[in-house]
Amino acid sequence: MSKIDVPPPYTAVTRHGMFPTPRHDEAARFDFLANLNKYLAGTLGPGNKAAYDSQVLPAFKAEHGREPKDRFEIRHAMNQHPHHRFWSAAKRNSMEMRQQNGRSMVLRQLDELDARANQYNHGRDTLELDPSIEVPRYQSAVDIHCMPGSYHGEERPGDVSAGANYDCGIFATTGGGLGALSDGGGQALVEWIRKERPGWVPRRILDIGATVGHNIVPLALAFPETEIIAIDTAAAVLRYGHARAQSLGAFNLRFVQANAEDLSRWPEGHFDWVQTTMFLHETSGKALPRILHEGYRVLAPGGLMLHLEQPQYSADMPLYEQFIRDWDAFNNNEPFWSAMHALDLKEEMVEAGFRREDLFTTGVRAVVDESVFPKAKEGEAEDHGRAAVWHAYGAWKAAA
Amino acid sequence: MSEGMDFDWMLRANLAPKGKRPEFFGDPDKEKLLSMVLALTAEVSVLRLRLDTVERLLEQSGALSREEIEAYAPDREAGQQRGEWIREYVARIMRGPQQQMEAMMRESDRALEEVSAELKDI
Repeated sequence: MSKIDVPPPYTAVTRHGMFPTPRHDEAARFDFLANLNKYLAGTLGPGNKAAYDSQVLPAFKAEHGREPKDRFEIRHAMNQHPHHRFWSAAKRNSMEMRQQNGRSMVLRQLDELDARANQYNHGRDTLELDPSIEVPRYQSAVDIHCMPGSYHGEERPGDVSAGANYDCGIFATTGGGLGALSDGGGQALVEWIRKERPGWVPRRILDIGATVGHNIVPLALAFPETEIIAIDTAAAVLRYGHARAQSLGAFNLRFVQANAEDLSRWPEGHFDWVQTTMFLHETSGKALPRILHEGYRVLAPGGLMLHLEQPQYSADMPLYEQFIRDWDAFNNNEPFWSAMHALDLKEEMVEAGFRREDLFTTGVRAVVDESVFPKAKEGEAEDHGRAAVWHAYGAWKAAA
Repeated sequence: MSEGMDFDWMLRANLAPKGKRPEFFGDPDKEKLLSMVLALTAEVSVLRLRLDTVERLLEQSGALSREEIEAYAPDREAGQQRGEWIREYVARIMRGPQQQMEAMMRESDRALEEVSAELKDI
Protein backbone atom coordinates (compact mmCIF):
# COMPACT_ATOMS: atom_id res chain seq x y z
CA MET A 1 0.00 0.00 0.00
CA SER A 2 1.25 3.47 -0.79
CA LYS A 3 1.78 5.97 1.98
CA ILE A 4 -1.46 7.67 2.99
CA ASP A 5 -1.42 11.32 1.92
CA VAL A 6 -1.81 13.55 4.98
CA PRO A 7 -0.61 17.10 5.68
CA PRO A 8 2.64 17.44 7.64
CA PRO A 9 2.32 18.12 11.38
CA TYR A 10 2.16 21.73 12.53
CA THR A 11 5.39 21.17 14.43
CA ALA A 12 7.17 21.06 11.03
CA VAL A 13 6.51 24.80 10.68
CA THR A 14 9.67 26.85 11.17
CA ARG A 15 9.59 29.01 14.29
CA HIS A 16 11.29 32.22 13.31
CA GLY A 17 11.96 34.81 15.99
CA MET A 18 8.44 36.24 15.94
CA PHE A 19 6.45 33.04 15.59
CA PRO A 20 3.95 32.48 18.40
CA THR A 21 5.00 29.51 20.51
CA PRO A 22 2.39 26.79 20.03
CA ARG A 23 1.44 24.58 22.93
CA HIS A 24 0.71 20.95 22.29
CA ASP A 25 -3.04 21.38 21.86
CA GLU A 26 -2.71 24.52 19.75
CA ALA A 27 -0.56 22.63 17.28
CA ALA A 28 -3.07 19.77 17.40
CA ARG A 29 -5.91 22.18 16.52
CA PHE A 30 -4.09 23.30 13.39
CA ASP A 31 -3.35 19.66 12.57
CA PHE A 32 -7.07 18.96 12.72
CA LEU A 33 -7.93 21.93 10.49
CA ALA A 34 -5.27 21.08 7.90
CA ASN A 35 -6.76 17.60 7.63
CA LEU A 36 -10.35 18.85 7.70
CA ASN A 37 -9.62 21.30 4.86
CA LYS A 38 -7.95 18.59 2.85
CA TYR A 39 -10.99 16.37 3.35
CA LEU A 40 -13.43 19.14 2.43
CA ALA A 41 -11.47 20.00 -0.73
CA GLY A 42 -10.46 16.53 -1.86
CA THR A 43 -13.28 14.27 -0.69
CA LEU A 44 -16.45 16.36 -0.34
CA GLY A 45 -15.39 19.00 -2.91
CA PRO A 46 -16.02 16.85 -6.00
CA GLY A 47 -19.58 16.27 -4.73
CA ASN A 48 -20.35 19.85 -5.70
CA LYS A 49 -19.69 19.16 -9.38
CA ALA A 50 -21.60 15.89 -9.16
CA ALA A 51 -24.59 17.69 -7.60
CA TYR A 52 -24.39 20.33 -10.31
CA ASP A 53 -24.20 17.90 -13.22
CA SER A 54 -26.77 15.40 -12.02
CA GLN A 55 -29.32 17.60 -10.24
CA VAL A 56 -28.81 21.34 -10.15
CA LEU A 57 -28.14 21.92 -13.85
CA PRO A 58 -30.95 19.65 -15.11
CA ALA A 59 -33.38 21.35 -12.68
CA PHE A 60 -32.19 24.78 -13.80
CA LYS A 61 -32.68 23.90 -17.46
CA ALA A 62 -36.12 22.44 -16.79
CA GLU A 63 -37.16 25.61 -14.97
CA HIS A 64 -35.62 28.22 -17.27
CA GLY A 65 -35.39 26.41 -20.59
CA ARG A 66 -31.73 27.41 -20.97
CA GLU A 67 -28.26 27.04 -19.46
CA PRO A 68 -27.20 29.37 -16.62
CA LYS A 69 -25.84 32.57 -18.12
CA ASP A 70 -23.19 33.35 -15.52
CA ARG A 71 -21.46 32.13 -12.35
CA PHE A 72 -23.94 34.05 -10.18
CA GLU A 73 -26.92 32.10 -11.48
CA ILE A 74 -25.04 28.89 -10.75
CA ARG A 75 -24.29 30.09 -7.23
CA HIS A 76 -27.92 30.88 -6.48
CA ALA A 77 -28.99 27.49 -7.79
CA MET A 78 -26.21 25.59 -5.99
CA ASN A 79 -26.96 27.35 -2.70
CA GLN A 80 -30.28 25.45 -2.66
CA HIS A 81 -28.58 22.06 -2.90
CA PRO A 82 -28.08 20.25 0.43
CA HIS A 83 -24.61 18.95 -0.39
CA HIS A 84 -23.28 22.32 -1.46
CA ARG A 85 -24.97 24.02 1.48
CA PHE A 86 -23.38 21.65 3.94
CA TRP A 87 -20.00 21.80 2.24
CA SER A 88 -20.04 25.61 2.25
CA ALA A 89 -21.18 25.77 5.86
CA ALA A 90 -18.45 23.36 6.93
CA LYS A 91 -15.82 25.27 4.99
CA ARG A 92 -16.95 28.59 6.42
CA ASN A 93 -16.75 27.09 9.89
CA SER A 94 -13.27 25.84 9.16
CA MET A 95 -12.22 29.39 8.23
CA GLU A 96 -13.78 30.74 11.42
CA MET A 97 -12.15 28.04 13.54
CA ARG A 98 -8.80 28.81 11.98
CA GLN A 99 -9.19 32.42 13.08
CA GLN A 100 -10.35 31.43 16.55
CA ASN A 101 -7.52 28.95 16.95
CA GLY A 102 -4.90 31.43 15.74
CA ARG A 103 -6.20 34.29 17.83
CA SER A 104 -6.47 32.25 21.01
CA MET A 105 -2.85 31.12 20.60
CA VAL A 106 -1.62 34.64 19.82
CA LEU A 107 -3.68 36.63 22.32
CA ARG A 108 -2.77 34.54 25.36
CA GLN A 109 0.94 35.25 24.65
CA LEU A 110 0.55 38.76 23.28
CA ASP A 111 2.67 40.37 26.02
CA GLU A 112 5.59 38.17 25.04
CA LEU A 113 5.07 38.68 21.29
CA ASP A 114 4.89 42.45 21.66
CA ALA A 115 8.06 42.41 23.74
CA ARG A 116 9.87 40.37 21.09
CA ALA A 117 8.64 42.67 18.31
CA ASN A 118 9.86 45.66 20.26
CA GLN A 119 13.34 44.15 20.48
CA TYR A 120 13.48 43.68 16.71
CA ASN A 121 11.80 46.98 15.82
CA HIS A 122 12.98 49.53 18.32
CA GLY A 123 15.25 52.13 16.78
CA ARG A 124 15.48 50.39 13.38
CA ASP A 125 15.19 52.65 10.35
CA THR A 126 13.94 49.72 8.28
CA LEU A 127 10.44 50.11 9.74
CA GLU A 128 8.71 53.31 8.74
CA LEU A 129 5.16 53.78 10.03
CA ASP A 130 3.02 56.72 8.99
CA PRO A 131 -0.13 57.32 11.05
CA SER A 132 -1.46 59.64 8.34
CA ILE A 133 -2.02 56.64 6.03
CA GLU A 134 -5.72 55.80 6.19
CA VAL A 135 -7.12 52.31 5.97
CA PRO A 136 -8.75 52.27 2.53
CA ARG A 137 -12.45 51.43 2.28
CA TYR A 138 -11.63 48.23 0.40
CA GLN A 139 -9.68 47.04 3.45
CA SER A 140 -12.16 48.18 6.07
CA ALA A 141 -15.56 47.40 4.50
CA VAL A 142 -15.42 43.82 5.82
CA ASP A 143 -12.74 41.81 7.63
CA ILE A 144 -10.92 40.14 4.77
CA HIS A 145 -10.95 36.33 4.78
CA CYS A 146 -12.94 36.38 8.02
CA MET A 147 -9.88 37.59 9.92
CA PRO A 148 -11.30 39.60 12.83
CA GLY A 149 -9.80 43.09 12.63
CA SER A 150 -8.46 42.35 9.14
CA TYR A 151 -4.78 43.31 8.57
CA HIS A 152 -5.02 46.58 10.48
CA GLY A 153 -6.81 45.49 13.67
CA GLU A 154 -5.25 45.81 17.10
CA GLU A 155 -6.21 44.35 20.45
CA ARG A 156 -4.38 47.26 22.02
CA PRO A 157 -2.45 50.12 20.43
CA GLY A 158 0.80 49.15 18.76
CA ASP A 159 0.44 45.38 19.14
CA VAL A 160 1.37 42.62 16.66
CA SER A 161 -1.72 40.43 17.10
CA ALA A 162 -2.97 40.83 13.51
CA GLY A 163 0.30 39.79 11.89
CA ALA A 164 0.97 36.97 14.31
CA ASN A 165 -2.51 35.53 13.83
CA TYR A 166 -2.25 35.79 10.04
CA ASP A 167 1.18 34.16 9.92
CA CYS A 168 0.49 31.30 12.32
CA GLY A 169 -2.62 30.03 10.54
CA ILE A 170 -1.52 30.01 6.92
CA PHE A 171 -0.37 26.44 7.52
CA ALA A 172 -3.87 25.28 8.43
CA THR A 173 -5.64 27.01 5.57
CA THR A 174 -3.24 25.67 2.96
CA GLY A 175 -2.58 22.26 4.55
CA GLY A 176 1.11 23.12 4.67
CA GLY A 177 1.11 23.85 0.92
CA LEU A 178 3.19 27.00 1.34
CA GLY A 179 6.02 25.32 3.22
CA ALA A 180 7.79 25.72 6.54
CA LEU A 181 7.78 29.54 6.49
CA SER A 182 4.54 29.89 4.47
CA ASP A 183 6.78 31.48 1.87
CA GLY A 184 6.37 29.01 -1.01
CA GLY A 185 5.15 31.91 -3.18
CA GLY A 186 8.26 33.98 -2.54
CA GLN A 187 10.51 30.95 -3.02
CA ALA A 188 8.78 30.36 -6.35
CA LEU A 189 9.56 33.93 -7.44
CA VAL A 190 13.25 33.40 -6.63
CA GLU A 191 13.32 30.16 -8.61
CA TRP A 192 11.43 31.72 -11.51
CA ILE A 193 13.62 34.81 -11.88
CA ARG A 194 16.81 32.77 -11.68
CA LYS A 195 15.63 30.72 -14.65
CA GLU A 196 14.14 33.66 -16.50
CA ARG A 197 17.04 36.11 -16.10
CA PRO A 198 20.11 34.22 -14.85
CA GLY A 199 22.55 36.60 -13.22
CA TRP A 200 20.14 39.56 -13.08
CA VAL A 201 20.43 41.57 -9.87
CA PRO A 202 17.74 44.24 -9.53
CA ARG A 203 18.88 47.42 -7.79
CA ARG A 204 15.54 48.04 -6.09
CA ILE A 205 12.34 46.01 -5.65
CA LEU A 206 8.93 47.28 -4.53
CA ASP A 207 6.52 44.77 -2.99
CA ILE A 208 2.98 46.15 -2.75
CA GLY A 209 0.49 44.84 -0.17
CA ALA A 210 3.26 42.96 1.59
CA THR A 211 1.29 42.15 4.81
CA VAL A 212 3.71 40.15 7.00
CA GLY A 213 6.35 40.05 4.25
CA HIS A 214 6.30 36.26 3.89
CA ASN A 215 6.50 36.47 0.09
CA ILE A 216 9.21 39.13 -0.07
CA VAL A 217 11.71 37.82 2.50
CA PRO A 218 12.89 35.03 0.12
CA LEU A 219 13.70 37.67 -2.52
CA ALA A 220 15.51 39.82 0.04
CA LEU A 221 17.63 36.85 1.08
CA ALA A 222 18.26 35.81 -2.54
CA PHE A 223 19.33 39.35 -3.52
CA PRO A 224 21.22 40.65 -0.46
CA GLU A 225 22.63 43.60 -2.42
CA THR A 226 19.19 44.73 -3.58
CA GLU A 227 17.33 47.48 -1.75
CA ILE A 228 13.82 46.19 -1.14
CA ILE A 229 10.78 48.18 -0.05
CA ALA A 230 7.67 46.39 1.21
CA ILE A 231 4.59 48.55 1.58
CA ASP A 232 1.18 48.05 3.11
CA THR A 233 -1.51 50.36 4.45
CA ALA A 234 -1.76 48.40 7.71
CA ALA A 235 0.72 49.28 10.46
CA ALA A 236 -0.32 46.23 12.47
CA VAL A 237 1.05 43.70 9.96
CA LEU A 238 4.09 45.83 9.10
CA ARG A 239 5.22 45.85 12.73
CA TYR A 240 5.05 42.09 12.83
CA GLY A 241 6.45 41.64 9.31
CA HIS A 242 9.47 43.82 10.00
CA ALA A 243 10.29 41.96 13.19
CA ARG A 244 9.80 38.66 11.38
CA ALA A 245 12.11 39.71 8.52
CA GLN A 246 14.78 40.91 10.95
CA SER A 247 14.66 37.60 12.79
CA LEU A 248 15.22 35.83 9.46
CA GLY A 249 18.19 38.04 8.59
CA ALA A 250 16.55 40.06 5.80
CA PHE A 251 18.25 43.34 6.63
CA ASN A 252 17.99 44.84 3.11
CA LEU A 253 14.21 44.93 3.42
CA ARG A 254 12.46 48.13 4.53
CA PHE A 255 8.81 48.04 5.60
CA VAL A 256 6.99 51.27 4.83
CA GLN A 257 3.37 52.14 5.65
CA ALA A 258 2.07 53.51 2.37
CA ASN A 259 -0.87 53.26 -0.01
CA ALA A 260 0.15 52.06 -3.48
CA GLU A 261 -2.48 54.28 -5.09
CA ASP A 262 -0.08 57.13 -4.40
CA LEU A 263 3.61 56.28 -4.77
CA SER A 264 4.60 59.92 -5.26
CA ARG A 265 7.32 59.69 -2.61
CA TRP A 266 9.29 57.60 -5.11
CA PRO A 267 10.49 59.11 -8.38
CA GLU A 268 9.78 57.76 -11.83
CA GLY A 269 11.78 54.70 -12.77
CA HIS A 270 13.03 54.15 -9.21
CA PHE A 271 12.48 50.36 -9.04
CA ASP A 272 13.70 47.54 -11.28
CA TRP A 273 10.95 45.23 -10.07
CA VAL A 274 7.44 46.07 -8.85
CA GLN A 275 5.23 43.22 -7.66
CA THR A 276 2.21 42.00 -5.76
CA THR A 277 1.49 38.48 -4.54
CA MET A 278 -2.17 37.59 -3.97
CA PHE A 279 -2.96 41.22 -3.31
CA LEU A 280 -4.84 42.79 -6.23
CA HIS A 281 -8.02 40.86 -5.38
CA GLU A 282 -8.08 42.69 -2.02
CA THR A 283 -8.33 46.16 -3.61
CA SER A 284 -11.22 47.74 -5.56
CA GLY A 285 -12.38 48.64 -9.07
CA LYS A 286 -10.79 52.07 -9.04
CA ALA A 287 -7.84 51.35 -6.75
CA LEU A 288 -6.52 48.50 -8.91
CA PRO A 289 -5.87 50.58 -12.05
CA ARG A 290 -4.41 53.38 -9.93
CA ILE A 291 -2.00 50.92 -8.31
CA LEU A 292 -0.95 49.49 -11.67
CA HIS A 293 -0.52 52.99 -13.06
CA GLU A 294 1.62 54.12 -10.14
CA GLY A 295 3.57 50.87 -10.28
CA TYR A 296 4.26 51.49 -13.96
CA ARG A 297 5.43 55.03 -13.24
CA VAL A 298 7.97 54.03 -10.57
CA LEU A 299 9.21 51.10 -12.67
CA ALA A 300 12.49 51.67 -14.51
CA PRO A 301 12.69 51.10 -18.27
CA GLY A 302 13.63 47.45 -18.77
CA GLY A 303 12.17 46.64 -15.33
CA LEU A 304 9.79 43.86 -14.33
CA MET A 305 6.22 44.09 -13.11
CA LEU A 306 4.77 40.85 -11.76
CA HIS A 307 1.46 39.97 -10.11
CA LEU A 308 0.68 36.55 -8.67
CA GLU A 309 -3.03 35.74 -8.52
CA GLN A 310 -5.41 32.86 -8.98
CA PRO A 311 -6.36 32.51 -12.66
CA GLN A 312 -8.69 35.13 -14.12
CA TYR A 313 -12.15 34.05 -15.31
CA SER A 314 -11.55 34.16 -19.02
CA ALA A 315 -14.29 33.45 -21.57
CA ASP A 316 -12.92 29.94 -22.08
CA MET A 317 -13.14 29.02 -18.38
CA PRO A 318 -16.32 26.96 -17.85
CA LEU A 319 -18.99 28.78 -15.84
CA TYR A 320 -19.03 26.04 -13.21
CA GLU A 321 -15.30 26.52 -12.59
CA GLN A 322 -15.84 30.28 -12.34
CA PHE A 323 -18.57 29.63 -9.77
CA ILE A 324 -16.49 27.31 -7.60
CA ARG A 325 -13.47 29.63 -7.80
CA ASP A 326 -15.79 32.42 -6.65
CA TRP A 327 -16.61 30.74 -3.33
CA ASP A 328 -14.31 32.95 -1.27
CA ALA A 329 -15.90 36.12 -2.61
CA PHE A 330 -19.20 35.51 -0.84
CA ASN A 331 -18.34 32.99 1.86
CA ASN A 332 -14.90 34.07 3.01
CA ASN A 333 -15.17 37.87 2.98
CA GLU A 334 -13.32 38.64 -0.25
CA PRO A 335 -15.64 41.33 -1.64
CA PHE A 336 -13.51 42.31 -4.66
CA TRP A 337 -12.52 38.74 -5.53
CA SER A 338 -15.33 38.08 -7.99
CA ALA A 339 -15.09 41.35 -9.91
CA MET A 340 -11.29 41.28 -9.91
CA HIS A 341 -11.06 37.78 -11.36
CA ALA A 342 -13.48 38.80 -14.11
CA LEU A 343 -11.09 41.55 -15.22
CA ASP A 344 -8.60 41.00 -17.99
CA LEU A 345 -5.41 41.82 -16.08
CA LYS A 346 -3.47 42.01 -19.33
CA GLU A 347 -5.77 44.79 -20.54
CA GLU A 348 -5.39 46.54 -17.19
CA MET A 349 -1.62 46.45 -17.61
CA VAL A 350 -1.88 47.90 -21.11
CA GLU A 351 -4.07 50.66 -19.66
CA ALA A 352 -1.35 51.30 -17.08
CA GLY A 353 1.16 51.95 -19.85
CA PHE A 354 2.72 48.65 -20.91
CA ARG A 355 3.08 47.68 -24.56
CA ARG A 356 0.99 44.63 -25.37
CA GLU A 357 4.00 42.81 -26.82
CA ASP A 358 5.85 43.17 -23.49
CA LEU A 359 3.19 41.29 -21.48
CA PHE A 360 3.47 37.67 -20.47
CA THR A 361 1.66 35.16 -18.27
CA THR A 362 3.15 32.11 -16.66
CA GLY A 363 2.20 29.45 -14.13
CA VAL A 364 3.93 29.51 -10.75
CA ARG A 365 3.79 26.73 -8.20
CA ALA A 366 4.84 27.09 -4.56
CA VAL A 367 8.38 25.93 -3.91
CA VAL A 368 8.46 23.90 -0.69
CA ASP A 369 10.60 21.19 0.86
CA GLU A 370 8.72 18.29 -0.70
CA SER A 371 10.25 15.77 1.67
CA VAL A 372 7.99 17.30 4.35
CA PHE A 373 5.43 19.59 2.70
CA PRO A 374 2.89 18.68 0.02
CA LYS A 375 3.13 19.62 -3.61
CA ALA A 376 0.19 21.81 -4.60
CA LYS A 377 -2.74 20.00 -6.19
CA GLU A 378 -4.67 21.19 -9.20
CA GLY A 379 -7.90 19.99 -10.73
CA GLU A 380 -10.79 18.40 -8.95
CA ALA A 381 -9.07 18.05 -5.54
CA GLU A 382 -7.78 21.63 -5.68
CA ASP A 383 -8.75 23.86 -2.78
CA HIS A 384 -9.76 26.78 -5.00
CA GLY A 385 -8.72 30.13 -3.62
CA ARG A 386 -5.99 28.59 -1.50
CA ALA A 387 -4.15 26.26 -3.89
CA ALA A 388 -0.46 27.12 -3.93
CA VAL A 389 -0.52 27.36 -7.71
CA TRP A 390 -0.82 30.78 -9.26
CA HIS A 391 -0.92 32.59 -12.53
CA ALA A 392 1.73 35.28 -12.86
CA TYR A 393 0.69 38.30 -14.89
CA GLY A 394 3.82 40.18 -15.85
CA ALA A 395 5.52 42.60 -18.18
CA TRP A 396 9.02 43.85 -18.88
CA LYS A 397 8.74 47.60 -19.30
CA ALA A 398 10.07 48.78 -22.63
CA ALA A 399 13.62 50.11 -22.43
CA ALA A 400 13.81 53.88 -22.81
CA MET B 1 1.74 35.16 31.06
CA SER B 2 -2.04 35.38 30.93
CA GLU B 3 -2.22 36.88 34.42
CA GLY B 4 -2.57 40.63 34.38
CA MET B 5 -3.54 40.73 30.70
CA ASP B 6 -5.58 43.84 30.09
CA PHE B 7 -8.28 42.09 28.05
CA ASP B 8 -10.19 38.79 28.15
CA TRP B 9 -8.27 36.93 25.49
CA MET B 10 -10.48 33.87 25.64
CA LEU B 11 -13.57 35.81 24.59
CA ARG B 12 -11.61 38.09 22.25
CA ALA B 13 -10.35 35.00 20.41
CA ASN B 14 -13.98 34.37 19.43
CA LEU B 15 -14.41 37.76 17.77
CA ALA B 16 -16.55 37.58 14.62
CA PRO B 17 -15.23 39.13 11.40
CA LYS B 18 -16.88 42.29 10.13
CA GLY B 19 -19.24 41.47 7.22
CA LYS B 20 -22.58 39.65 7.31
CA ARG B 21 -22.24 35.91 7.64
CA PRO B 22 -23.85 33.89 4.81
CA GLU B 23 -26.89 31.83 5.80
CA PHE B 24 -26.32 28.27 4.69
CA PHE B 25 -29.36 26.48 6.10
CA GLY B 26 -31.91 29.28 6.46
CA ASP B 27 -32.10 28.36 10.15
CA PRO B 28 -29.86 30.04 12.75
CA ASP B 29 -30.20 27.07 15.10
CA LYS B 30 -28.73 24.72 12.51
CA GLU B 31 -25.86 27.15 11.93
CA LYS B 32 -25.14 27.16 15.67
CA LEU B 33 -25.32 23.42 15.97
CA LEU B 34 -22.98 22.78 13.05
CA SER B 35 -20.43 25.24 14.43
CA MET B 36 -20.53 23.48 17.77
CA VAL B 37 -20.34 20.01 16.29
CA LEU B 38 -17.31 20.92 14.18
CA ALA B 39 -15.56 22.63 17.08
CA LEU B 40 -16.24 19.61 19.27
CA THR B 41 -14.97 17.32 16.57
CA ALA B 42 -11.77 19.36 16.52
CA GLU B 43 -11.39 19.19 20.28
CA VAL B 44 -11.89 15.43 20.33
CA SER B 45 -9.11 15.18 17.76
CA VAL B 46 -6.90 17.45 19.87
CA LEU B 47 -7.58 15.37 22.94
CA ARG B 48 -6.85 12.17 21.14
CA LEU B 49 -3.49 13.55 19.95
CA ARG B 50 -2.61 14.71 23.43
CA LEU B 51 -3.39 11.33 24.85
CA ASP B 52 -1.33 9.75 22.12
CA THR B 53 1.59 12.02 23.00
CA VAL B 54 1.36 11.11 26.65
CA GLU B 55 1.11 7.43 25.96
CA ARG B 56 4.11 7.50 23.67
CA LEU B 57 6.22 9.45 26.15
CA LEU B 58 5.20 7.18 28.99
CA GLU B 59 6.05 4.21 26.91
CA GLN B 60 9.49 5.67 26.22
CA SER B 61 10.36 6.64 29.76
CA GLY B 62 8.43 4.24 31.91
CA ALA B 63 8.04 7.10 34.42
CA LEU B 64 4.36 6.63 35.07
CA SER B 65 1.96 3.77 35.23
CA ARG B 66 -1.58 3.82 33.91
CA GLU B 67 -2.87 3.06 37.43
CA GLU B 68 -1.44 6.37 38.71
CA ILE B 69 -3.34 8.24 36.01
CA GLU B 70 -6.59 6.50 36.92
CA ALA B 71 -6.13 7.43 40.59
CA TYR B 72 -5.17 11.08 40.04
CA ALA B 73 -6.93 13.86 42.01
CA PRO B 74 -6.00 17.52 41.41
CA ASP B 75 -4.77 19.73 44.24
CA ARG B 76 -6.11 23.28 44.62
CA GLU B 77 -3.76 24.88 42.08
CA ALA B 78 -4.24 22.12 39.55
CA GLY B 79 -7.98 22.37 40.11
CA GLN B 80 -7.86 26.10 39.24
CA GLN B 81 -5.78 25.45 36.12
CA ARG B 82 -8.16 22.75 34.99
CA GLY B 83 -11.09 25.08 35.62
CA GLU B 84 -9.49 27.72 33.43
CA TRP B 85 -8.93 25.16 30.74
CA ILE B 86 -12.59 24.20 30.81
CA ARG B 87 -13.61 27.87 30.63
CA GLU B 88 -11.59 28.41 27.47
CA TYR B 89 -12.95 25.15 26.10
CA VAL B 90 -16.53 26.26 26.63
CA ALA B 91 -15.80 29.65 25.00
CA ARG B 92 -14.29 27.97 21.96
CA ILE B 93 -17.26 25.65 21.55
CA MET B 94 -19.71 28.52 21.93
CA ARG B 95 -18.15 30.70 19.21
CA GLY B 96 -21.15 30.31 16.86
CA PRO B 97 -23.84 31.29 19.38
CA GLN B 98 -21.63 34.12 20.71
CA GLN B 99 -21.07 35.52 17.23
CA GLN B 100 -24.77 35.29 16.32
CA MET B 101 -25.70 37.04 19.53
CA GLU B 102 -23.18 39.80 18.92
CA ALA B 103 -24.39 40.23 15.32
CA MET B 104 -27.93 40.57 16.68
CA MET B 105 -26.81 43.27 19.11
CA ARG B 106 -24.84 45.21 16.51
CA GLU B 107 -26.10 47.44 13.76
CA SER B 108 -26.76 45.20 10.83
CA ASP B 109 -23.78 44.18 8.73
CA ARG B 110 -24.04 44.67 5.00
CA ALA B 111 -24.25 41.73 2.63
CA LEU B 112 -21.09 40.94 0.70
CA GLU B 113 -22.97 41.39 -2.57
CA GLU B 114 -23.63 45.00 -1.60
CA VAL B 115 -20.06 45.67 -0.55
CA SER B 116 -18.82 43.99 -3.75
CA ALA B 117 -20.95 46.28 -5.86
CA GLU B 118 -19.64 49.28 -3.97
CA LEU B 119 -15.97 48.31 -4.25
CA LYS B 120 -16.21 47.97 -8.01
CA ASP B 121 -16.85 51.65 -8.23
CA ILE B 122 -14.72 53.29 -5.55
